[in-house]
Amino acid sequence: MPAIFTPKVITANALIEGDVVYLTETDTWSRRLQDAEVLTDEADAQIRLIDASARTDEVVGAYLADVKPGKPGPKPAHFRESYRAKGPSNYPHGKQSEAL
Amino acid sequence: MYRYTDFDAAFVAERNAQFRAQVERRIDGSLTEDEFKPLRLMNGLYLQLHAYMLRVAVPYGTLNSTQMRQLAYIADTWDKGYGHFTTRQNIQFNWPKLRDVPDMLDALAEVQMHAIQTSGNTIRNVTADHFAGAAADEIADPRPVAELIRQWSTDHPEFQFLPRKFKIAVTGSPNDRAVTKAHDIGLRMVRNDAGDPGFEVIVGGGLGRTPMIGKVVRDFLPEADLLPYLEAVVSVWNLLGRRDNKYKSRIKITVHEHGLDDIRARVEERFALLKPAFTGVDQQLLASMKADFAPPAFTDRDTGPFDLAYANDPLFRSWADTNLSAHRAPGYAIAQISLKAHGATPGDATSDQMRLMADLAERYGHDELRVSHEQNIVLPHVHKADLPAIHAALKDAGLATANIGKISDIIACPGMDYCALATARSIPIAQEIATRFDQLKLEHEIGDLKIKISGCINACGHHHVGHIGILGLDRAGVENYQITLGGDHTETAAIGQRTGPGFAADEIVPAIERIVDTYLSERTSAEERFIDTFARVGMTPFKTALYGEADKRAKAA
Amino acid sequence: MTVLINDTGFLTEDPTRWIDPEARIDLASDTDPAHLRSMLIGKELVRIAFPSFADGRGFTLARLIRQQGYKGWLRAQGHVIADQYAMVRRSGFDDVEIDDTLAQRQPEDQWLARADWQAHDYQTRLRGIAA
Repeated sequence: MPAIFTPKVITANALIEGDVVYLTETDTWSRRLQDAEVLTDEADAQIRLIDASARTDEVVGAYLADVKPGKPGPKPAHFRESYRAKGPSNYPHGKQSEAL
Repeated sequence: MYRYTDFDAAFVAERNAQFRAQVERRIDGSLTEDEFKPLRLMNGLYLQLHAYMLRVAVPYGTLNSTQMRQLAYIADTWDKGYGHFTTRQNIQFNWPKLRDVPDMLDALAEVQMHAIQTSGNTIRNVTADHFAGAAADEIADPRPVAELIRQWSTDHPEFQFLPRKFKIAVTGSPNDRAVTKAHDIGLRMVRNDAGDPGFEVIVGGGLGRTPMIGKVVRDFLPEADLLPYLEAVVSVWNLLGRRDNKYKSRIKITVHEHGLDDIRARVEERFALLKPAFTGVDQQLLASMKADFAPPAFTDRDTGPFDLAYANDPLFRSWADTNLSAHRAPGYAIAQISLKAHGATPGDATSDQMRLMADLAERYGHDELRVSHEQNIVLPHVHKADLPAIHAALKDAGLATANIGKISDIIACPGMDYCALATARSIPIAQEIATRFDQLKLEHEIGDLKIKISGCINACGHHHVGHIGILGLDRAGVENYQITLGGDHTETAAIGQRTGPGFAADEIVPAIERIVDTYLSERTSAEERFIDTFARVGMTPFKTALYGEADKRAKAA
Repeated sequence: MTVLINDTGFLTEDPTRWIDPEARIDLASDTDPAHLRSMLIGKELVRIAFPSFADGRGFTLARLIRQQGYKGWLRAQGHVIADQYAMVRRSGFDDVEIDDTLAQRQPEDQWLARADWQAHDYQTRLRGIAA
């Protein structure tokens, strides 16, 4: 039996700024995880990832990350994604310091 | 100190112009990301978890006050006002934007610095004993040789796309402070029976997924044969090293798979072919580099101010007892500035702190600073009479922590707070351990103890050679920390042994406390260091303290 | 189709076109260096393959061949990028052969920008003679 496909978002780092971005429903890149489009169909997710990865003049290293769907938006399913969504724990730098 | 020749300056300027063009060609599509990545890496630029990261080379850990001030300027101008000193004697800036990096490199070039080959599958920035030229126990200063290797390895046409990274370390002292046995090549400066200078060449050491202690491939290599011999080793490995699996590509695996004798035979054959290509010009350059590193003019002064402060100021005395090392010149000391204030990020310095350290080096330290692989800053040449003033200035800047070599002088890699490769965080673990033992007021009672923390198997935090090593892993979606005991980073290098199952993030500090309590109750006297007690009593009492008698009985049943 | 490149830029004619087919040999990047001497007897054109620009074995093979005394034509063929042109020449290659699509992405000016490969070379400086 194939593994159950868990909800995912597409994330990457911005080419120029280097910071973490998420793909939205309208094909824009957002700095906030809560704006990300949640993908629940595996075939759809793979196609969306191929298209996102081709946007090499905008982002680097696009991949699918597990999330827990919720309101107002998805939450990270793994601690690595929590840190990416927030910033480092030793200083209040990165996303946690930015007025989003 | 070495000063750039016109050749060096022109080289770095040209290289920076090339990188500026490479950034634009990446943006305009001439270079794919796959092609750009190794080019940016060989210029020190990573893409990390939250941002780009620029790793700046501090060749063999030596810099002057002007260079340190420029690092502070870069931190203020293009980063967030601080920098992170690393276990390879480099400094990292964690928040640059891609288009800013060419400007940062130009700013570095203004003070004869660069970020070349601090990453990528290249010969990396060569490291050396951080007490070079100052230590009382030194045979010869390793820095002229390290500078020669820097020039030879820089932009070497054959070695820019190696199977994997390649690290070289040099020590001029029998007491190894450069961890030479954990490098792809370690060089120990020695003299043969006739009194001629040369090297013991150690090959195939390394930490990471498969930690190995390096093996002696040549007992005595005459000084003049260094470059052709290094070239032979790297050349043999470039063809022989595995490119099908990056975990098996380092030379330690090549040596392990083919055997030391086979590698030695191949290297000697290649060396014979290569040697005639070196006409001796490199030795003339080496002679002028030796002159560049001539010792400063030491003065003969009264150490009265030191003796007075030592007798009357307990804070100064404590700092002097832990942070000073023996200097070769009478009346002088080597002073270490701890970047490990309890609860702070190991290896980080703010731009203000960098400027203060630069000022102290300029005023009291013959304008020299060093970065140690233990992520501290060294003032290698200070007269004891100036130490009370230095200590007072450091105290005001939060830089007078008296903990060098103690339990809170922790090496920690950036871990998952910054690093894209990390499997768990390192920094908060280091912060919590240091804070806890500071609260317990046990630090000086415990004595010499090296804790080293890595946030992944690649072992940038040298955990394998820590007396207590901590490795952060991802166990089923939770940060988990494995402990090793008995590692040794010195000339008696050894890989630590795993205690058993790992600990969750909130269990690791209590686990370290149980290890330390066990040591304190097992040691014969305060003079017996942790590492000596471990060698004497072995793993069993520590295992019992960590996992309990019940666990031991269950395993025995 | 492929494009040949040397210090003058993209070539319109192959300078080795007069070399007999029997005097030509293609070497893979994983060629065993122990066999090089015998393989190159009587050869006048050696092409060393770069299956990926990240595979740096070709640079060492080229230098080894030159150190062993080979005086014929030496060509780097495959995925070599303009940024590697100086390394290619300094390793002993005479020219580079890349495919058309790469040549379109990295046009002639990007290669000519590296045509001054003799300048700023630490190896020449340290050896005292051309490496």
